Amino acid sequence: MSNKIPNRQAICEVLMDKVQTDKDIVVLCSDSRGSASMTPFADAFPDNFIEVGIAEQNLVSISAGLAKCGKKPFAASPACFLSTRSYEQAKVDCAYSNTNVTLIGISGGISYGALGMSHHSAQDIAAMSAIPNMRVYLPSDRHQTKHLIEALLKDDKPAYIRVGRNPVEDIYTEEDCPFTMDQATVLCEGTDVALIACGEMVKPAKDAAKLLNEQGISATVLDMYCVKPLDKQAIVKAAQNAKVVLTIEEHAPFGGLGSMVSQVVGEECPRTVVNLALPDAPVITGTSKEVFDHYGLNAEGIAKKAAELVK
Amino acid sequence: MENLTAFSFDLRKKVVEMIREGGGGHIGGDMSVIDILITLYFKQMNISPQNMDDPDRDRFVLSKGHSVEAYYAVLAAKGFFPMEEVIANFSKFGSKYIGHPNNKLPGIEMNSGSLGHGLPVCIGMALAGKMDKKDYRVYTVMGDGELAEGSVWEGAMAAGHYKLDNLCAVIDRNRLQISGCTEDVMAHDSQIERWKSFGWHVVNVENGNSIEQLNAAFDEAKAAKGQPTLVLANTTKGFGSSVMENKAGWHHHVPSEEEYTQIMADLDARKEAALHE
Repeated sequence: MSNKIPNRQAICEVLMDKVQTDKDIVVLCSDSRGSASMTPFADAFPDNFIEVGIAEQNLVSISAGLAKCGKKPFAASPACFLSTRSYEQAKVDCAYSNTNVTLIGISGGISYGALGMSHHSAQDIAAMSAIPNMRVYLPSDRHQTKHLIEALLKDDKPAYIRVGRNPVEDIYTEEDCPFTMDQATVLCEGTDVALIACGEMVKPAKDAAKLLNEQGISATVLDMYCVKPLDKQAIVKAAQNAKVVLTIEEHAPFGGLGSMVSQVVGEECPRTVVNLALPDAPVITGTSKEVFDHYGLNAEGIAKKAAELVK
Repeated sequence: MENLTAFSFDLRKKVVEMIREGGGGHIGGDMSVIDILITLYFKQMNISPQNMDDPDRDRFVLSKGHSVEAYYAVLAAKGFFPMEEVIANFSKFGSKYIGHPNNKLPGIEMNSGSLGHGLPVCIGMALAGKMDKKDYRVYTVMGDGELAEGSVWEGAMAAGHYKLDNLCAVIDRNRLQISGCTEDVMAHDSQIERWKSFGWHVVNVENGNSIEQLNAAFDEAKAAKGQPTLVLANTTKGFGSSVMENKAGWHHHVPSEEEYTQIMADLDARKEAALHE
């Protein structure tokens, strides 16, 4: 892999840049500054950094209080804890009270592969999306992550972002990263199958499209980083042009991107939708790559499933 | 407002009317907490409809959000919205006066209702005040049953750690919760020691329904430097009428016609007594 910068580090770099001209930016961690790649921020801007200790409920409520007084808090904590331990604080203090808090779920999905289900956040899309007034974003690479954080700094509503622990291959470049807030990015267009993915599954979906192309199957690939609000228009357009729709996500099979896309397609342009996701069970022990390979959440697995569906 | 104690019984009558009209409400805790709210809003806090968007205003979060009827009565008396409008619409279909605080209403900073949120939220507000070098103070009121929530102690730890002397938390210590006596449900009758051990200055208010004693406690809190203050207000649940006082069954209850008549008569009598003290 050529890229060595994980998305979490990209977030830190943007915030370190922006805080120099915006003193209201505050980063909060729950003994998670290292795993959030926020140590450089904490060291360089100690007056804009708050450590709350291992207390995720406090992390989120304090962020909401700061936001209510004009601050722009970014609360970074492992997604597994942030999306469950402090779920009620996200619901009541951020979403319901409508505070300008950005929750950053780090080491999301199965990033902490071998550490077991306690450290996996395969439920966060479903949980966070079910909260009214909570937005959910899973950026696919570091360049898109940068654009997303810059866009979030321009509004004053709550949001949950999930990023993985490890660097992911670039999909975009610094110069060429098309980004419109809350609109999916179309990576390629085809007429046989629509591949709709988010987060770390976008790269294998893009690679799968190449494999399919070699077999004479043309695919659309949508980078649906904006899981909520979902870009319904892009889904309908992609689905209408294809025979089948295949969704790919690093998430439980219920309530995630696949469920949401199925709802849209079922209502707007009915056709077969198949969801590739993690199982409804504790996942097998291993590194992220080993786990993804095991469940077919890689380019080969996606291409194989798509080819089966098209035939 | 000359005699706030007498006024407190007028506001209690408004609370009873609200609950009767809305067909439900946490009446017992309303009666215990209302003197705390009156003291804060009429004697201590720099907050009014005229400055409610001022960045320098004092902040308040009702952590025990179920006492919203008392909160509405005090906010209405302060001029944030009309008292008669609240009474007529409380808990009604489509009403903005719902059964827990909602910040779509003027004067209410944060939505609450789920317990154990107010203190950590107020820590964020107090930290923001420190960062911006502002002089505003931040207040929250918790119930005593609420203290079983773990997030309260996450907040207690952080406020002590950050030495937030612009923060004052109040416990409405009425010793009753929905299932009965707090000491039977989950014993915690050592609040003074507990909060001190977390680095807080603690003021024990012997009569938490005395506006005079509460006011002195909040003055002491303002003077305490280098640490947050906990005001332990020893209140009486259902305070104002013997029909309700110290009865757990009145945690959430709508007075019958007979009870209503007696409660209103008792509140009138208490007001009269307060006027002649």
